Formats: sequence, structure tokens, C-alpha cells
Amino acid sequence: MVSEATNTLKKSVFWDWMTTVDHKKIAILYLLAGTLFFLKAGLMAVIFRIQLIAPEMEFISGQTFNEFITMHGTLMLFLAVTPIFFAFMNFVVPLQIGARDVAFPFVNALGFWLFFLGGLLLSLSWFFGGAPDAGWTSYVPLASREFGGVGIDFYVLGLQISGFGTLVSGINFIVTIINMRAPGMTMMRLPLFCWTTLLTSILIVFAFTPLAAGLALLMLDRIFDAQFFIPGEGGNVVIWQHIFWIFGHPEVYILVLPAFGMISEVIPAFSKKRLFGYTSMVFAVLIIAFLSFMVWMHHMFTVGIGPIANSIFAISTMTIAVPTGIKIFNWLFTMWGGKLTFNTAMIFAASFVPTFVLGGVTGVMLAMAPVDHLYHDTYFVVAHFHYIIVGGIVLGIFAALFYWYPKMFGHKLNETLGMIMFWLFYIGFHLTFFIQHILGLVGMPRRVYTYLEGQGMDTMNFISTIGAFLMAVAVIILIINIVYSALKSEPVTVDDPWDARTLEWATHTPVPEYNFAQTPQVRSLDPVFYEKIHGNGKMKPAEPLDDIHMPSGSILPFFISLGLFIAGFGFISFHLDLFISPYVLIAIGGIVTFGSMGLRSMQTDHGYHISKETVEEMEKELS
Amino acid sequence: MAENLDQSFEESSMSNEEKRKINREQRIQIIAFAFMIGITILAFLAVGSEQLPGVFTIPFILFLAFVQLILQLYYFMHLKDKDHGWPNSFMISGLVLAAPMVVSLILLIGIVKY
Ligand code: HEM
Ligand SMILES: [Cu+2]
Repeated sequence: MVSEATNTLKKSVFWDWMTTVDHKKIAILYLLAGTLFFLKAGLMAVIFRIQLIAPEMEFISGQTFNEFITMHGTLMLFLAVTPIFFAFMNFVVPLQIGARDVAFPFVNALGFWLFFLGGLLLSLSWFFGGAPDAGWTSYVPLASREFGGVGIDFYVLGLQISGFGTLVSGINFIVTIINMRAPGMTMMRLPLFCWTTLLTSILIVFAFTPLAAGLALLMLDRIFDAQFFIPGEGGNVVIWQHIFWIFGHPEVYILVLPAFGMISEVIPAFSKKRLFGYTSMVFAVLIIAFLSFMVWMHHMFTVGIGPIANSIFAISTMTIAVPTGIKIFNWLFTMWGGKLTFNTAMIFAASFVPTFVLGGVTGVMLAMAPVDHLYHDTYFVVAHFHYIIVGGIVLGIFAALFYWYPKMFGHKLNETLGMIMFWLFYIGFHLTFFIQHILGLVGMPRRVYTYLEGQGMDTMNFISTIGAFLMAVAVIILIINIVYSALKSEPVTVDDPWDARTLEWATHTPVPEYNFAQTPQVRSLDPVFYEKIHGNGKMKPAEPLDDIHMPSGSILPFFISLGLFIAGFGFISFHLDLFISPYVLIAIGGIVTFGSMGLRSMQTDHGYHISKETVEEMEKELS
Repeated sequence: MAENLDQSFEESSMSNEEKRKINREQRIQIIAFAFMIGITILAFLAVGSEQLPGVFTIPFILFLAFVQLILQLYYFMHLKDKDHGWPNSFMISGLVLAAPMVVSLILLIGIVKY
């Protein structure tokens, strides 16, 4: 944990965390909140897998099933995986580029609170007439005011608010990486995790804006009687699908690029080699990021756009496989001939590669427009994206967790428990999802809450559910591991417990509030490794030791977000029978939000300084 | 250090060279502004006069809009200046990415098939 010893200002613990603008603490807030949503969404998955364990089960009703799959998808993508990525980006990126914090610490805190309160708003739906039930894609007309219940309003406003949070964090990361690099840290010396963070943030800026527009249109349709998506009144439902997938396909790359970056950090560290083909890796992610905007129609092959449009998008989709293939080979060549250490982090990272390939192969299969008419809306698609999301992204997250845990919390996770978890998770994952390819091919439709006996689906569904149980057990073991390690594990006192290569390992453990007492001078790609070979193992400073300027904490990000939360609830309550008028809620929310913004603009706050003596004292204590 | 940040300076610390640059910049801004008002009036006239055929007016005002956009971005938002490589590349990639989206939202909404 970023221990109290690393704080120079004394505050109560609660107030400290509510007002923090320190990127390392915001990272931990993101990690906690993301994990909570991850557990919630995972629990739902286990429950609806139980519903599917046998034909014609009546464990949960069809309505509950629909609510669960919708919330599962929405939570996992927007409120679990993205925040967990933001946790690692927040913690690692400033350290990797040699900065004292992100470019806009206040905005960083604002991003977190917007995400968290938006997620909370979405979750409130359980207590007000049921969760959204139109799938994470929320297609109209199913989600229109005529057919969709009040749950959809929670979906629209909850995602709108948490989407703002994601958007401002994305902007913050772009500015940080472009402007805050230490001397010598040129773009082509950026670690790959920073590159993928930069590109993910760019994708967020370009993709979350169409989503915000689409959600706003849906909100107008549902709450203010507009007719953008109502065919009878001159609207068009296909527009929603376009807008959603213009956002949606870049979104899947928003999710996978950071995982690429994590793998590209872990594999070189435990192969004791520099990343093979660094330059081609950078260009591959650039091309992937660009192409991801040119393929959205592959989700709409069956809508009936016409053969020419379908062919163009089929081909553009397949081209993504080329840069992806380059990356796969580069990871393999990084391991080739390296001095491999297979600890938990590395084994998660290494097993990412083959499972991701399987997901990519089914992706190319799905991209063949004529055949997609067979696959579309079956379990084959479910298997495809879970191979990428679980077999790729979640494995990447686990690798990153085990790898950066000692820097974040000051002790390692237990390796034995880690290995047990890995095997349970890996076997469980393949049991659950491999068989779903075949289920899809024999014709099991996705998003349907039960199936009939004697159609050859019983055994396969049974196996799939057993696999889901194994994954659940693996996650429980991870939690046990976290608690066990917190109590039993020896504290890490060295800066660089893995003998790794990048700049974050040049900071002390625990990382002091100001990260680097003196901004380091970067002399090469993999700067820490370079100094170990060509220097004395310590980074050369780029500036004399001096007072360090720090941003002061603020409670305003919380209140700005709280106001939007209240106003969002107000908009939803047009469809609820509350004792209080929606207009009152909207007014209160508006006043809180804009009042806090006004306060922030009026305030003059230049932050504070940590004196040179304190820095020297802390440096001595930590080394 | 931080306390002084609020105080304003008594006289400008800019060199003559810098002042000349600022003046020139101001002149350019005003000229660009006048020109933009001019083409806006032109666009209104083209539509308002009701004399010109639609086949001419529509491409014509779209062209004017394009010129307007370039002036906006490069002169008003300073993309033409030095050290604007990053904003430039973001702006251009935004335009490149948005173009197919707009085209497809106009053409491909499933009524006519391609
Ligand atoms: C080689 C790269 C990829 C190709 C060629 C590809 C292709 C496709 C195609 C054609 C579909 C539509 C299937 C259908 O609905 O009939 C699809 C669905 C999907 N893909 Fe991929 N994909 C690729 C990579 C990814 C990645 C990296 C992710 C996630 C990080 C991903 C996540 C998804 C999701 C979530 C869906 C289903 C969306 C839904 O209908 O709910 N794909 N993919
Ligand atoms: Cu896609």
C-alpha cells in the first residue's frame, strides 16, 4: 500500500482518500471499484450459467436472465475492465515516463468519481423496477420507450455519466504522455504499455463521443418523446446500430490494446530480453488503432446493408489480422532464446498468446460476410469474444496484477496460490468457452434463457457451466491470495524485485508521494536495464535536488460527480413514481455540479511544496 | 514562489521582435475574420436570393463551408503555427475517421442497398 509514511501532509484516512489527486491513490481507488464491479458481474455470470446447466431449468426467470446478461456485459466492459485498466495506467504510466503525476491531477480524480457514481446509478436500477434488459448493445426498438422498461433509462444515464469520466481520463492520459515525459524519453523510447495507453486514450476520445451522442439521442427518444429511432414517426432503427458499433468496435480495441501493452511489459521482463521488434510493435498498434474505426459494419452484416458494403467491411476487418499477427510473432520471438522465468505473471502473459490467437482466428471466420449469416447471434460469437476478452484481456490483467503488485502494495502475491489459480482459471476458461464454438455451430442462439431437451446441447451446456464454476473458484483463490499475502508475505524493500527493465522500477518501494526525487535522465529504451549494464544501476538525475511542487487535494471532483448523479437520477425519475418531482432533483443536481465547477474556477490554489529537507529525509529512509 | 503567481506585471517583458510578431498575428486574425464574415454573407445571399439553381447553391455553400473550416482551424485555432504538430495530427485523424462515418450514416441506413 502507498503507506502513510510516504505522505507529507497529515490528514484523516477517509478525507485523504476522498480528496486525493495523487495518481497512485486514484489507481488504487480504480482497482477497488473495478474489482467490485468485476465480482458483481462475475456472480451474475455464474447464476445464468446455472440456469443453462440443463434444458428447461427454472432457476431464474427469463426476465431475470435478460437483466443478468445485460448487466453482465455492460458492467464487465464499462465498469470492470476499463477501470481496472485505468488503475494500472494511472499507477504505471507516470512512473514509466518519469513524471511526478499526470498532467491534470484534478481531472484525474474527477474521472474516477464520474465513473464510480455513474456505475452506482446504473446499479441502482435493481431497486427501481429492474435492471436494463435489452442487451449491452441496447438495440432499438427493443430499447425504445414503447418496449423498453425503466431499466433502459438507468442504462442510458448511468453510461452517459460514467462515459464522461472515461472521456476526461482519456484526455488526461493523452496530455500526460505527450507533455510530461522525462528528458530523453522520446516517443520511440516509450515503453509499449505507454504507447498502448496513448492509443487507447485516443480511441476513447474518438469513440466515446459517438456513444455519448447516441445515448443522448436515445435519452431524447425515451424521456422527451423525440423520434430518432421510431420508424412509424420517420425515425430509423438502423442508425442506432451504426452509432453503437462506430463506438463499439473501437471499444473492443480500447479493451484489448492495454492488455497488449501489459503483455509487452511482462514478457520481456521475464525473458530477460528486450522486446523483439519494438518499432514494428509500435506501428502495429498504430495501424490497429486506425483500422478499428473502419470495420464497425461487421457487426451488421445481417442487417441488410447490401453486398458491396458488406464486402468492403469484410475485407477491412480481415486486414486487422495482419498487424495483430505481427504482434503475436514479436511476443513469440521475445521469448525465443530468452532466459525464461515461469512465475505466475509470466505464465498468465505467455498463455495470453495462444488463446488470443484462437479468438483472432474465429474473428476472421466471423468476418466472412456470407458465412456470418450462420454464426451471427449464436454461441459462436459468444465464444469468439470471450476468447479475446477472457482469454486475452483478463489473462493480461492477471499478469499485470502479479507483476506490478509489489510496486503498488509493497509485497508480492503468493506464488503457489497464484499457480493453482492460474491452472483452475485456464482449464475452466477453455471448458466454458471452447465448447461454445460447437454449441453455436449446432445452432444454439445467444441471449435465450433456456433450451429444449434432445437437441444435442445438454452435455455441452453442462460442461460449459462446470468450466464457469472452475473460473469462479479461481477468482475466489485470488481473493484468498490477496488476503493471505497481505498478512503473511514479506515486505518488498528493494526498488526492483523482478530485475526488470522499465523506469517504474527505478522508484522506491513504497513509491513516495513525489515519485522521483530528481527527474531521471533517460538514455535508452528500457532505461533501468541500460543503467544496470552501462551505469551504476541507478538512474542519472536530470535536475538538482530542490523543493517539489505538488497539487493539493480537493473534494470538488466528488461533488461535481455527485451533482450529475442526482441530476441523472432526476431524468430517470420521469418514469418513476417518486414523492419528489424530477425537476427538483435535476435542479439540485445542476446546482451542485455547476456550483462546484464555479467554486473551482474561483479558487486560487497553487498547490504546495515539499521542502528539500523533507525529500532528503524521505529518500534516506526509503533506500 | 507560489504567492507571486497572482500578481500582475507592471510592464511587458516582451522584446520588440515579439511585439512585432504579435501585431502581425493580430492583423492576420482581423483579415481572416473579415474574410470569414464575407463568405458567410455570400452563403446567405446564394440561398436567400432564390435566383440560383439548387445544383449550384448546394456545392457552392459546401465549398464555402470547407474554406471556412480551414480558416477556422488554421488561423483562428493556430494550427498553422509552429509546434502544433500534435494538435494537427489529432485534428486530421479526427476528420479522416469521421468522414466514412458521416458518409455511411447518409448512405447506408438500410433503405437503399449497396
Ligand atoms: C482479428 C481481430 C478480430 C476480428 C476479425 C473480429 C471479428 C468480429 C466479427 C465479424 C464480429 C461479429 C460477429 C457477429 O455478430 O456475427 C465480432 C463480434 C465481436 N467481437 Fe470481434 N473481432 C476481432 C477482434 C476482437 C477483439 C480484439 C475484441 C475484444 C477486445 C472483440 C470483441 C468482440 C465482441 C464483444 C463481439 C460481439 C459483439 C456483440 O454482438 O455483442 N473482437 N468480431
Ligand atoms: Cu467488431
